[in-house]
Amino acid sequence: MDTKRKQAQLRYLYSRAAFGATPAELHRATEKPLRKTIRQLFHDSASVDDLLIVKPAENQPRQALRQLVRDGQLDKEMLKERIRLNTQQIRDLNLLWLDRMVAGPGALREKMALFWHGHFACRPSGQNALFMQQYVNTIRRNALGKFGDLLMSVSKEPAMLQFLNNQQNKKNAPNENFAREVMELFTLGRGNYTEHDIKEAARAFTGWQYTPDGKFVFRERVHDAENKTIFGKTGPFVGEDVIAMLLENRQTARFVVGKVYRYFVADGSVDDRETSRRIEELAGQFYKSGYDITDLMETIFNADWFYEPRNVGAHIKSPVELLAGMRHTLGITFDQPQPQIFVQRTLGQTLFYPPNVAGWPGGRNWIDSSSLLFRMQLPAYVLKAADVPVRPKEDGDVNTESLARKGNASFHTTVDWAAYEQAFANTDDLTLTNAIAEVLLPLPLRPDQRTLIDNQAASATTRSERIRSLTASIMSLPEYQLS
Amino acid sequence: MNRRDFLFQSALTTAGSLLIPNFLKAYELSAMGQPVAPSGKILVIVQLSGGNDGLNTVVPYRNDIYYRERPTIAIPTDKVVPLTDEIGLHPAMHPLRALYDDGLLTVINNVGYPNPDRSHFRSMDIWQTGSDANQYKTSGWVGRYLDAACTGTARQPFRTIEVDDTLSLAMKGESLNGIALLDPKKLYKQTRSKLVTGLSHEHPDDNQSVAYLYKTLAETVSTADYVFDKTAQKPSSAGTTYPNHELGNRLHTVSQLIQSGMGTSVYYVSISGFDTHINQPGQQARLLGQYAEAVSAFMTDLKAAGRQNDVLLMTFSEFGRRVKQNASNGTDHGTASNVFLLGGGLPGRGVLNEAPNLSNLTDGDLNYTVDFRQIYATLLRDYLGADDMAVLGRSFEPLKLV
Repeated sequence: MDTKRKQAQLRYLYSRAAFGATPAELHRATEKPLRKTIRQLFHDSASVDDLLIVKPAENQPRQALRQLVRDGQLDKEMLKERIRLNTQQIRDLNLLWLDRMVAGPGALREKMALFWHGHFACRPSGQNALFMQQYVNTIRRNALGKFGDLLMSVSKEPAMLQFLNNQQNKKNAPNENFAREVMELFTLGRGNYTEHDIKEAARAFTGWQYTPDGKFVFRERVHDAENKTIFGKTGPFVGEDVIAMLLENRQTARFVVGKVYRYFVADGSVDDRETSRRIEELAGQFYKSGYDITDLMETIFNADWFYEPRNVGAHIKSPVELLAGMRHTLGITFDQPQPQIFVQRTLGQTLFYPPNVAGWPGGRNWIDSSSLLFRMQLPAYVLKAADVPVRPKEDGDVNTESLARKGNASFHTTVDWAAYEQAFANTDDLTLTNAIAEVLLPLPLRPDQRTLIDNQAASATTRSERIRSLTASIMSLPEYQLS
Repeated sequence: MNRRDFLFQSALTTAGSLLIPNFLKAYELSAMGQPVAPSGKILVIVQLSGGNDGLNTVVPYRNDIYYRERPTIAIPTDKVVPLTDEIGLHPAMHPLRALYDDGLLTVINNVGYPNPDRSHFRSMDIWQTGSDANQYKTSGWVGRYLDAACTGTARQPFRTIEVDDTLSLAMKGESLNGIALLDPKKLYKQTRSKLVTGLSHEHPDDNQSVAYLYKTLAETVSTADYVFDKTAQKPSSAGTTYPNHELGNRLHTVSQLIQSGMGTSVYYVSISGFDTHINQPGQQARLLGQYAEAVSAFMTDLKAAGRQNDVLLMTFSEFGRRVKQNASNGTDHGTASNVFLLGGGLPGRGVLNEAPNLSNLTDGDLNYTVDFRQIYATLLRDYLGADDMAVLGRSFEPLKLV
């Protein structure tokens, strides 16, 4: 295979399995077989370091703070300030996670974790930063392991139990929210269970609670120990039994694989026969492997069909993918962190704040006139500190407003241009535009596009200026929104 | 150099041989300025984000329970602007009294939906998508109106405009999105870079995602152009003074867009700050005052322009607040609340339905008696002349509004 085609494959692989590649990474990888690069990606993601912002002993969520107010230990002004600090910790957790995505070595794990964050969508309740920290670390730790372990541990996360109201799910007063979402969104998908199954499963999950310091606890006195009939089986089931039944059901493998496929391979609808057959096959393998996520992803990244032209450039990058990818490729650091929250908010994907339990819908839903114009302007904001004339809407929640108001004037960043430019040291002037485009875009530049891009760089007097200008322009193209 | 020449020249200089494409010509057809709604009516939606306290907005000023449950934040009886023997407006909303007397205001009490959700983002989702509490839709009700009502050459994003920098879910349809703009000049400027205009003439179709991005870009640039052109041609009357705050400015923009003969059927505007857990009275008075001032200026402006009967303004919030105040001089998230309708040539219904029943609560919260989608359905069908079933997915019992 010629080097160009190989590099295109690698660029695609890195953009899907990670958060893009630097030109140097691409050059190095062209010298190895593709399989080896894939193996390396998994190898580099083998270990995981927890994100640490909140010290458990110091965590005081809203409820605890309110109690302090009632006890006269905290006045109302301080309450506001403390709630603000909690929100800020969740923000810091967001930024720390983003940094891990950008950093590179564990990018595959972080990419997978980002996918699971949308799948097991969860938002902070009561601005409990510790719960969110535990939740994200559970997802990151299990991101490439067995889906069963991931499902069980994330279902027992206090953040999730709280978000889905299972603390209120008690014997004689069942709350079905948790049981419903576990089936509809985490495992089977709509239409693969009955309302009766949900009612009965909710009873099995009674007693699944958490302590204020963030530990899962099974409280027997609120658990309904009577018989339940779920999926036609009768017994005094507990929550773990329901999870086991869901994993026993092949539909869970089918549902999860379908979602993985739409996210990592095809973007959007996959209703043609060939794809349906492929998903069915992958689901069979996933099921047989005991829901081994690494095995599933290796199969996908090694498959010829993964690299088919119809898949290349079909995925619309999510805002976090866009931001992390841009930072990784150019080695960008933000002098102030806040603009990165601003970008997430403006484009509609703030980590830890998915729109609802169904997660981010993704695909075309990312794009409307405003978000597209903003995305096309983003390189100018990030690379040239251009003024940002846009302000995202406030979400109405008084607790997050304080974060919304800051940091949208202009961005100040440091870019590792030296390393980036070095990668093009041996490229001649004539092919420079195309060489940069091949590193950044899933599709070749069209002639009229190239003219536009070159015109933008016409006033550049040095090679360095030219590389920077070309890069900023190419990153402004609609095609850069795709991977 | 005027705008048309400029555009022509930049099209030539950026991409060489490109000509003004067909869609610009299409915009120049006079038909484009015609409203989509067969009735010629326009709907303006004002969203109060954060959960406005309905009980201190439309005050049950003769109700003992109200005063008992809100010892420090209730509006004193003598301060209320009375509408009926039972209820009246928050004093900061006194400008609405004149509109009420003119038969322009309709108050709908107890608006909500089954199994109410008390989280801001979720409840707002439900209001914006028109979904059930356990349904997750990825398109909004105004967006689906755009899908359903606008066909052929009328299918243009500017048929529904949000006056803001970002587009709300409410405005996103299944196949077409509305457009967000804070003001026509700003959007126009944003689309004038050589790169943006140059690319907007390209129609690549390597795959569906590429085609979709370029279609969106072309629509954005041509819409920005059209809206800028329209408003530049016909600057609105300078007669009415708007209050100088966010809502005032945005409603002023809506009025300018309406008067320029844009052919837009729905406008969307929102203001935030209603999440009054702590020290509610000052905060809410300030916001409701701004609201009343801005809306009053807007209606005066439309009256002067002779458009008062073509434009209906609807105001809602994602939920009301609990009946009982909290310990911080505020209120926590609740359920049902009120919706205001103003103008639009509706027969003045005053207060449409019964006041909230404070002795029949569920977990300390008001029970809804009107589903918000009944209001949507009625406005869609009877006011905008659209297919409410297509937009909302099923039928809702209409209200006697029109």
